[in-house]
Amino acid sequence: MIVWLALIAGLLFAAGLHQLQQRSLPRILIGLLLLSNAANLALFTASAPLREVPPLAAVGESAPPAGAADPLPQALVLTAIVIGFAVLAFTGALLLRTRDVLAEEDTDLIRETDA
Amino acid sequence: MNWLIAAPLLVPLLSAGLGLLAWRRPRLQAAISLAGQIGLVAVAVILVLQVDRGGIRTLQAGGWAAPIGITLAVDALSALLLLLSSVMALAAGLYGLGWWNARPAPALQPLMSVLILGVNGAFMTGDLFNLYVWFEVLLLASFALLALSGGRAGLEGAVKALVLNMIGSLFFLVAVGVVYGLAGTLNLADLHLRMEAIHAAHPTAVMAAASMLGVAFALKAALFPVYFWLPASYHVPAPGICALFAALLTKVGLYSLLRLFTLPFAVAGALLPALLTLTAITMVSGVLGALTRFEIKRILAWHSISQTGYIAAGIGLLLTKDPQVRLLAVTAVVFFLLHHALVKPALFMISGLIARRGGGTELTLAGGLYPARPVLSAAFLLAALSLAGLPPLSGFWAKLAVLRAAALSGQWGLLAAALAAGLMTLLSMLKIWNEAFWKPRPAGETAAPSAPRSAAIGPALWGPVLLLLALVAVMGVFPQPVLDLSRRAAAGVLDPQAYVAAVRWDDADPARGAPQARTETTLTAPNPRPERRQR
Repeated sequence: MIVWLALIAGLLFAAGLHQLQQRSLPRILIGLLLLSNAANLALFTASAPLREVPPLAAVGESAPPAGAADPLPQALVLTAIVIGFAVLAFTGALLLRTRDVLAEEDTDLIRETDA
Repeated sequence: MNWLIAAPLLVPLLSAGLGLLAWRRPRLQAAISLAGQIGLVAVAVILVLQVDRGGIRTLQAGGWAAPIGITLAVDALSALLLLLSSVMALAAGLYGLGWWNARPAPALQPLMSVLILGVNGAFMTGDLFNLYVWFEVLLLASFALLALSGGRAGLEGAVKALVLNMIGSLFFLVAVGVVYGLAGTLNLADLHLRMEAIHAAHPTAVMAAASMLGVAFALKAALFPVYFWLPASYHVPAPGICALFAALLTKVGLYSLLRLFTLPFAVAGALLPALLTLTAITMVSGVLGALTRFEIKRILAWHSISQTGYIAAGIGLLLTKDPQVRLLAVTAVVFFLLHHALVKPALFMISGLIARRGGGTELTLAGGLYPARPVLSAAFLLAALSLAGLPPLSGFWAKLAVLRAAALSGQWGLLAAALAAGLMTLLSMLKIWNEAFWKPRPAGETAAPSAPRSAAIGPALWGPVLLLLALVAVMGVFPQPVLDLSRRAAAGVLDPQAYVAAVRWDDADPARGAPQARTETTLTAPNPRPERRQR
């Protein structure tokens, strides 16, 4: 299972980077979306062994059963997803506005601020 | 008095929130922002004094004890940087009010508060994931500020800064996953305690995580191969916001690098030679970039890269074993950081004044400012010579400390690069001086051809510039108090034991009844936790 998740994360990274290199503003958004999901998946996979026992203590118990999943990576990845969503929403708005104002999509031609 | 530690976060949060509520009332919004900024300076001064007398202050959020709860820790370095960020927030806020005639676009001031919130959070947090969160807070605010205050170029710069910084953030995020998988904790102090054992067991994974974090922080700090977001975006917003960026954005990356190699990944010293090489390249390539530009703000942006190289060189010099040299190197980092965070914003603010007075910041079109504006010329010269490192200004002591640490640790290549970069810094500053101030105004360019809005320069524009210049001059003529402060901060950074002790053994306020259910021992984190602290 973990090998599959790692492979999927790698595939998402590759696809995201490929999209980033396509010189087009909308594709940058797609690329960042893929990369962000890849990073979240990598964070989740790398940070704890996968376990299917939920970390819930039974009534009267003070601790969850042995072998329960570690809840902290889940909290981390949830936070990361929320932050990623906010950043991507902002990115979408920014890219749309940039395309409208500059009337240009090809990132190779958007180089006023570089020189 | 523990709540005071949360104040550097609560004050900007509150002023951002209230500022948003006062969206349609610019005067009220300005008053809220100013009150918040002044309050923040007061809080920071108190924190600096408290830490100086009473050692590291910590706050365990929610009352959960150290490795479980989220730790806020203020040591001498953090307190000093909090003071810096609050002073810069005040200066940039005032300048912004002057620049926009007390009527900035309604989103700008709350966004500046959010930026300060993120910066302060990054300076105080004792938790790796929390550091990621604060990075995102300050980055998102900076992108929005870029896009809103820079017009066409602002949008373009924001896209570039966003894409490159986001890649850095992804590095950070994946590294956090690896670190948690290795150590079962993300608390910086806790990581410091365990890293030696983990490094012995999994050297490759530890070095991989450290390098990924190093790349992420180096990108924020704008070091050599990953600085390209900076020259594409730094120069586009309004000068007040440029000043805020120049003071704080790269400093957060540098601060994180310093912490990385002294606290959680003190074992990753094998990466330092690589860092040192990159900093030497950063110094030279940044200043070469500055030499080839002909617009004042772009020149200043490229200089930021070069100066970042000097500061990071002090971190790279941690590779020496001699504790005296290490102390000197980190002292140099702290002093240089303070110096640069005062001089560079002052120069950006002066570039705004030049634009108002001379009509623009393009050097080919500017000229004749020296006979027309002697005070402005003197202000520029003071800041520029300090940046170039001429005695008796603050930059001289900052550079001297870095060069001395480099010489004492036998890094002659770094020394040569630093000297060459210093010379070229002077050259490119003289270029601005010659073009904008010394040469006569080019024929056909009459006064202020493109002065946009009212060209009035009131006390709100002069005040922050004079404040920063005064600080620069005082730091130059009387460097000893600031050097002492920096040395104490550096000693704190180099003594992680004190930090660890303060974080892990600081009892959450017992009166509030810290949660007792410590289930973490049965949560089977990948590595067994060492024994908990005793009450």
